[in-house]
Amino acid sequence: MIFMEEKISFIKDGLRLDGRRPDELRPIKIEVGVLARADGSCYVEMGKNRVIAAVYGPREVHPRHLQEVTRAIVRYRYNMASFSVEERRRPGPDRRSYELSKVGREALEPVILTSYYPRSVIDVFVEILQADAGTRTAGINAASVALADAGIPMRGLISSCAAGKVGGEIVLDPMKEEDNFGDADMPIAMTPSGEITLLQMDGGLTIDEFHEAMELAKSGCRQIYEVQRKVLIERYSQLEGERGEQAEVTACD
Amino acid sequence: MDRIERTIVVPGDILSEDEKRSGEGTYVKDGRVFSLLYGLANYRDNRINVIPLAGKYVPAPGDHIIGIVKDITFSNWIVDISSPYDGLLHISEFPKRIDMEEMSRYLRIGSSLMARVKDVDCTMKVELTVNDRRLGPIKNGRLIEISHTRVPRLIGKGGSMIGMLKKELNCNIFVGQNGRIWVSGNEDDMDLAIKTILIIEKEAHTNGLTDRIVEFLGGEKGSRS
Repeated sequence: MIFMEEKISFIKDGLRLDGRRPDELRPIKIEVGVLARADGSCYVEMGKNRVIAAVYGPREVHPRHLQEVTRAIVRYRYNMASFSVEERRRPGPDRRSYELSKVGREALEPVILTSYYPRSVIDVFVEILQADAGTRTAGINAASVALADAGIPMRGLISSCAAGKVGGEIVLDPMKEEDNFGDADMPIAMTPSGEITLLQMDGGLTIDEFHEAMELAKSGCRQIYEVQRKVLIERYSQLEGERGEQAEVTACD
Repeated sequence: MDRIERTIVVPGDILSEDEKRSGEGTYVKDGRVFSLLYGLANYRDNRINVIPLAGKYVPAPGDHIIGIVKDITFSNWIVDISSPYDGLLHISEFPKRIDMEEMSRYLRIGSSLMARVKDVDCTMKVELTVNDRRLGPIKNGRLIEISHTRVPRLIGKGGSMIGMLKKELNCNIFVGQNGRIWVSGNEDDMDLAIKTILIIEKEAHTNGLTDRIVEFLGGEKGSRS
């Protein structure tokens, strides 16, 4: 079985299985303000990933002992819907989603000015509705736009994207097949000025490959940043735009 | 009308190369000014301010606000001020002497009141006062709530918008900095006032709003008479 998989070539005539070039992102769609009762919200599609993020707060901290006297705390919950993958996933948190909640929070917290809101909490909920490799990056992108939508002071929007190694070549934004059968996957998140707030890797890369993957992932983040920014700006540019109406931008060059 | 340059910005956008122009809602890094918020950048005078489009109200000393009593303790009313933080109104801040047992005769749980923020300390303990003739419990009229970020627009430059509304609508209007608004007048006038305020909330980010509101009120009044 495994030998059969090995025979499939991931890159044919310079194109990948889904017809992308190695340095091409999957199509992105972002909508802002999709939830009426949340303070900020955002829906993101990156390829076949579908993610919704909601931000509540700053608000009172419950339970009280988590409260910090000098700053706001940030809570980030990454959750996969039971129907988000092919085989039904047991609902509820597991080892993986605890990890992704932690790294997601740590990717966003450095840009949030938590000292503006002492003794409060900023809650971020990220729900994965459909997964196709790269849900943590899609979740972080959605959460970052939702935070801006909630009016939370930040030093910049966070954009996140992965690079991987498939069939000996470094590719941007691996999809499920490439992630499952590839040699390495490296998600990163960064600010518009290029500061990295998330860096993970599984699989193996040489130092040169690592640098190549890093540059590729950074260029992916910059492309995503442009979409995030455009969506936010266009939302209020339509003059008579009603509140709650969705600005929609599809970016696939 | 006013020719202030307004642009929509997102957090991290560069606003200026001159760090002296950093105003509210901005930060300085490496001598350059960046936006902290998703909102409207105002290039006014020699300062750049970013007015957010959303966000929670954070009380500041001197703000006039409208609160709703949510609890009563020995000597304090705990007041919801539509903010992450609660307001505290001590009985000594009431214009007349009140016995502790009689607190709920003046302000019950659920009562609304106009108050001023007396002090906010660094742990965000918010002290309120009603020791002013214009402040105190609300007994009549109606209360509506809009986003506090729209309040500056509702008041207008030097009170131009709110002054016009009070005159045109024949209503008494008190705008709390926290986004709660008290309207009192006759029923029809209040209906129109609330309708108008909600339009202002919805279109707060557009230009030439005061003129359009005057036009709208003219139309509404024409159709009524």
